[in-house]
Amino acid sequence: MGYTLNFSAVWRNFDDLLAGLLLSLELAFVALLIGCVLGLVTAFGLISRNGWARRPAALYVTVIRNLPILVLILFAYFALPQMGIRLGKIESFVATLAIYSGAYLAEVFRAGLISIPPGLSEAGLAIGLKPRQIRTSIIIPLMIRNVLPSLSSTLISLFKDTSLAAAIAVPELTFEARKINVETFRVVETWIVASGLYVATCSVLAASMRVIERRLTLAR
Amino acid sequence: MSDCLLEISGLRKFFGPVEVLKGVDFSMREGEVVSIIGSSGSGKTTMLRCINMLEEFQGGTIRLDGETIGYEETASGRKRKSETEIARQRALTGMAFQQFNLFPHMSAVENVMLGLVKVKKMGREEAREIALKWLERVGLAERAGHYPGQLSGGQQQRVAIARAIAMNPKLMLFDEVTSALDPELVGEVLQVIKDLAADGMSMLLVTHEMRFAYEVSSRVIFMNQGVIGEQGDPKVMFNAPQSERLAEFLKTSSFV
Ligand SMILES: Nc1ncnc2c1ncn2[C@@H]1O[C@H](COP(=O)(O)OP(=O)(O)O)[C@@H](O)[C@H]1O
Ligand SMILES: [Mg+2]
Repeated sequence: MGYTLNFSAVWRNFDDLLAGLLLSLELAFVALLIGCVLGLVTAFGLISRNGWARRPAALYVTVIRNLPILVLILFAYFALPQMGIRLGKIESFVATLAIYSGAYLAEVFRAGLISIPPGLSEAGLAIGLKPRQIRTSIIIPLMIRNVLPSLSSTLISLFKDTSLAAAIAVPELTFEARKINVETFRVVETWIVASGLYVATCSVLAASMRVIERRLTLAR
Repeated sequence: MSDCLLEISGLRKFFGPVEVLKGVDFSMREGEVVSIIGSSGSGKTTMLRCINMLEEFQGGTIRLDGETIGYEETASGRKRKSETEIARQRALTGMAFQQFNLFPHMSAVENVMLGLVKVKKMGREEAREIALKWLERVGLAERAGHYPGQLSGGQQQRVAIARAIAMNPKLMLFDEVTSALDPELVGEVLQVIKDLAADGMSMLLVTHEMRFAYEVSSRVIFMNQGVIGEQGDPKVMFNAPQSERLAEFLKTSSFV
């Protein structure tokens, strides 16, 4: 083994890695935010008795969950412009990730919704609340508590999935690492540092989600 | 207009093809306390749930305080009222459930405040004051900040009753509110209901507590297979049931 580790080239370009990491986080958060809205609407569709709400929701979830995310990313970036929908790299990727996570979150939210006892909605109706008020004051707050652990792992998955944006040259962490790799030839060092950044960030994300969970756990 | 608070006539309710209320006629005046007894599956719960539109019903009318509940006659037939109108009418009655159904993410006082703020559009301070007053009435002033998970079943049920009463309903509906409780907690809940009855609250309550029905009700109705089998003064009914059915039912229930 004639390889001696030398990190100095990586440290010289560390700012680029950090900028990439920041972009990765932004991509994940924005996608999660939009994905939550999509997932919530879809989840209410999935549990609806009305077929016109339920069938499109089920179709969306089925199609997305049966497509590899890389195919979705490439489809959105390369095929959609041919069909007249032109988005920037970042917008295209965020939209893809949001639509992708929306389908998974829909299932998560659906499970969180159906575990709420129907008696609570009825108690809300009985004091004169309207269905919309019951959703905002009772159902959604309880559902959020139910799904926090899954939401936490979804956020971490999304953060890791942002590395796929390198495939369409979005300058996030993986893309920056590859650039440094190519420019400095410090292959091992570059990927060790990049991996360390991913692991550290995921740990921080998981820990912060646990804090939120503890805050919101119902008193017993 | 009659002086009836609640007037049910010809109430019919189907679950799919199964008719579970087969023409219920019933009325009560303001201030009356009426207990509904009858064996499991006879339609007691369904009748209460129709009164506050938690169930749709297919025939008959329910009038409460002069209003026709839930449906209106139009040129093209019987039509369900708007959700807004139904929500308003539901607030005319208060309901306490067997399973308490407190909102687990809200403290006792927040449970009571929710309807006051969202339905009665009160400011939070005024709502809190009223909520605390009612929690005090059910003996739970010191538990106002506790969450449902931190309260015993009996305490949860008393909060649930406070939550319903705080809305100032014309009529309180109680559906077997002590059935899910450990025996030693039943008394505290029944006491709260007795106090409300003594205050002149109009109440319609489904109960298996025959002793309690005997003591608090001005009238008892016996539901039997989707219709009212018999009704009258509990002292008369329990001691001299007219029908074979009621006699049998009383024998099997624990009224001593
Ligand atoms: N949601 C429902 N779907 C179908 N049948 C129901 C439903 N709720 C109640 N029933 C039926 O209606 C009848 C009356 O039920 P219920 O009003 O709960 O009786 P009770 O309260 O007197 O025990 C029973 O035969 C019961 O099985
Ligand atoms: Mg019942």
